[in-house]
Amino acid sequence: MIRSSDRDIRWLPGFNWITLCFFLFLYLPLIILVIFSFNATRSATVWEGFSLQWYAKAFSNDDIQSAAKNSLIIAAVSTLFSTVFATMAAIALGRNREIKHKTAFGGLLLLPLMIPEIVTAVATLTFFTAINLSWGIGNIIIAHTVFCIPFAYLPIQARLRGLDASLETAARDLYSDRKTTLRLITLPLLAPGIFSGAMLAFIISLDDFIITMMVAEAGSTTLPIYIYGLVRTGVTPEVNAVSTVLLGISVIAVLMSQWFAKKQ
Amino acid sequence: MSFNRKTLLGLASAGLGLTATIASADGELQLYNWTDYTSPELIEKFETETGISVTVDTYDSGETLLAKLQSGAAGYDIAIPTHNFVPILISEGLVQPINASELEGYDRIVPNLASPWWDEGNVYSIPWHWGTTSFTVDTAVYSGDVDDYDVIFNPPEELAGQIAMFKSPDEVITMAQVALGLPFCSEDPNEMQQVLDLLMGQKPHVKTYNSDGILERLVSGDVSVHQNWNGYSLLARKEKPSLQYAFPEEGVVAWADSLVVPKGAPNYDNAITFIEFMLEPENIAIQSNSSGYANGVTGSEAFMDEGLKDAAELSPPEGTPLKFIESCSPKAVELQNRVWTALLK
Amino acid sequence: MSDLLERLRHYIGVLPATFMIVVFMLAPLTIIFVYSFLTPGDYGGVKFEFSTEAYTQLLFQKNLFDEVEFDTSYLTIAFRSIWVATVAVLGSLALGFPAAYYIAQQPESRRNTLLLLITIPFWTNLLIRTYCWILVLRDTGLINNLLIGLGLTDEPITMLYTEGAIALGLVYTYVPFMVLPIYAALERLDKRLIEASRDLYANRWTTLRHVTLPLASPGIVAGAILVFIPALGAFIAPDLLGGGKKLMLGSLVQLQFSAARDWPFGSALTMVIMSVVLICLLLFAVNQRRNEGGFQH
Repeated sequence: MIRSSDRDIRWLPGFNWITLCFFLFLYLPLIILVIFSFNATRSATVWEGFSLQWYAKAFSNDDIQSAAKNSLIIAAVSTLFSTVFATMAAIALGRNREIKHKTAFGGLLLLPLMIPEIVTAVATLTFFTAINLSWGIGNIIIAHTVFCIPFAYLPIQARLRGLDASLETAARDLYSDRKTTLRLITLPLLAPGIFSGAMLAFIISLDDFIITMMVAEAGSTTLPIYIYGLVRTGVTPEVNAVSTVLLGISVIAVLMSQWFAKKQ
Repeated sequence: MSFNRKTLLGLASAGLGLTATIASADGELQLYNWTDYTSPELIEKFETETGISVTVDTYDSGETLLAKLQSGAAGYDIAIPTHNFVPILISEGLVQPINASELEGYDRIVPNLASPWWDEGNVYSIPWHWGTTSFTVDTAVYSGDVDDYDVIFNPPEELAGQIAMFKSPDEVITMAQVALGLPFCSEDPNEMQQVLDLLMGQKPHVKTYNSDGILERLVSGDVSVHQNWNGYSLLARKEKPSLQYAFPEEGVVAWADSLVVPKGAPNYDNAITFIEFMLEPENIAIQSNSSGYANGVTGSEAFMDEGLKDAAELSPPEGTPLKFIESCSPKAVELQNRVWTALLK
Repeated sequence: MSDLLERLRHYIGVLPATFMIVVFMLAPLTIIFVYSFLTPGDYGGVKFEFSTEAYTQLLFQKNLFDEVEFDTSYLTIAFRSIWVATVAVLGSLALGFPAAYYIAQQPESRRNTLLLLITIPFWTNLLIRTYCWILVLRDTGLINNLLIGLGLTDEPITMLYTEGAIALGLVYTYVPFMVLPIYAALERLDKRLIEASRDLYANRWTTLRHVTLPLASPGIVAGAILVFIPALGAFIAPDLLGGGKKLMLGSLVQLQFSAARDWPFGSALTMVIMSVVLICLLLFAVNQRRNEGGFQH
């Protein structure tokens, strides 16, 4: 995977090795996780033979499946909303000269980052109760959308800040239409930032435990909450099996997106 | 497959902001329990027998339960708080009367858990499980007498640095109080100073303060002594026979988790059905077999697994005092906080 | 009137995000602000009696005997958290910048694959991933077994329940927050800029310092914010990998809303943390805009 040619002028010695280490670092715990999901006994530490029993158990467990579905739906919807809102805000704050108090708006967008999770959790629960909001899974989606906004916003804003506004000015001269410029120039140039932001928002939502636990109404258990319950005694291969299945799904999703990209 | 409908509704309501999600259909029951504390087999049996479909949600601490019930919008039919939270829930008006004494099977509740001080006359609650909090020792590492609080608070050389304690201040402090022969919920600074001194002396020998992953740490040998509940100690021993649960003569901390019906429960009748179901010896035994804890229903022993009903962990030796924890006053909680902050600052 | 509408039209872009945050974050936060001036309820929650004790408590605490004394334990906890969060930022930067740079240099299709590879581990719950690190680090864990098996050491090296383990856990948790913004900033790095620089300076590292780093700086800033602030409140890594023997800001706040039943103090802590972070960010933003302004004109 790591291949660099010394002829490439941008190449920096050692960076490819650090990148390799970076990925090893990210994946080392997961390798262990996957291996022990096939363990024959309850232990998640000592290898005692190959077995698929934990997968059978995980697949026959309705609770796990509904928790996983809840999590995926919440993450997908919150990512969509937060990324769209963050992109709009980033473009407006980065390009529209008529907006005043940009620093204040920027600070406001980062607000959800600055509050410890448990406080957000308690405050949101109190607030939802006060306004009598009871939309089941919708409550969680609202809470997630809010705290995902800064995670989506920052990469997009970082990308936009580096983009040369003159490109857009030139486009405005050519097309003389704000919307066309946005569609043909700004958004495509922003795409890597939007992509990064959306991915951050997604994983943040997928992993959230404290806020979800507080805000969730009856019947909307998510995967982190469910898994937390299983971890009480210690990680069992069943947890590993569920996690491995999720990893599998994500790998398939990545492969599919690659495939679609190639077809285009 | 009520789930699919619910999520779709949830999605729709999120998108359109129109409808309420969880309709209280007849055949439903929303159960809110501690994590890892509900037998799937039991739920399945209940669903088959009654046709009521059960959803289980979990919480991680009594305070989470309290906060959610206080918020009033949670929509649970059954909750399972620890006994010292029952008076709080009653005085805060968060649970509704079930008049358990009129329910079928009430007379099967064992005498010492019937009409307890936390709910006289069982107006609001019936017992679910009861158990003790003490500690588990690996006898392969330490061969001396384990039934002694010195093993965990003032460990011999071979156990130094091999100790794990729970993460919650109340559970650590109550155990220290039993070891020192002090009352629970003390409002006396001198007594709490003794508790702090004991815990400070113990701290250098503690490897970690953590209430999760107990089994894992004990079985793998990461630690040799772990503050523990008796049920988890039993589960751990099944995987590693050298583990022994301690019953020091000073006594052990005891607790009883209870079934209550929150105010505003959408399916009150189903909740009552569930409570009567749980008073059947056969059913509560399924739950005990799964969790490893004793229950409060006479006759359930007949349905309990071999190795559970006569397990050492579940039968405190004759004469060992069982000290049921209490609901502490704000003043006592404040002192506990100061001890905890001073310990971990 | 139409003038006002015209002016409002400019704000349409910021409106949805602002609306969400004002309604669902600022409004709840107002509740927390009010709570911080009230008295703790008997069983959690608050009593509606005005009090500033939650704030004075930060520096002047009562000891067990109710004597009020100057107490630095909360300051100690705060500085410990700041220190740990700083280490997390530096560690993430050291590992994340080269990775982001490397990824940005790849052909486009491979770039996206690598980016997605970064996010895949996050499909697994953080708790589980942290537990896996325990299996790697502990005395009977993977690394020690390997070292002993290879005969490199007789006694296991203690790695788990150390401050190093906390740092490792935090870098592991937050490094993607650093890589993705830096990548987003570097992706547009024009090869010709580097060529020009190489013609002038003729050294890779000089180019890195004078061309690449300035271009990456918005990304680094964004990444530092995204790592620092959550790391300040982190408690899973300190609890699980560090052994939970020393309180962090995150666990301290958590405690107030659970076992300690002191919501006002938890709220006051939050207000203080938030104000400090907010002031730092604003100073930084003002400074940055001034610099940019100078550059443009």
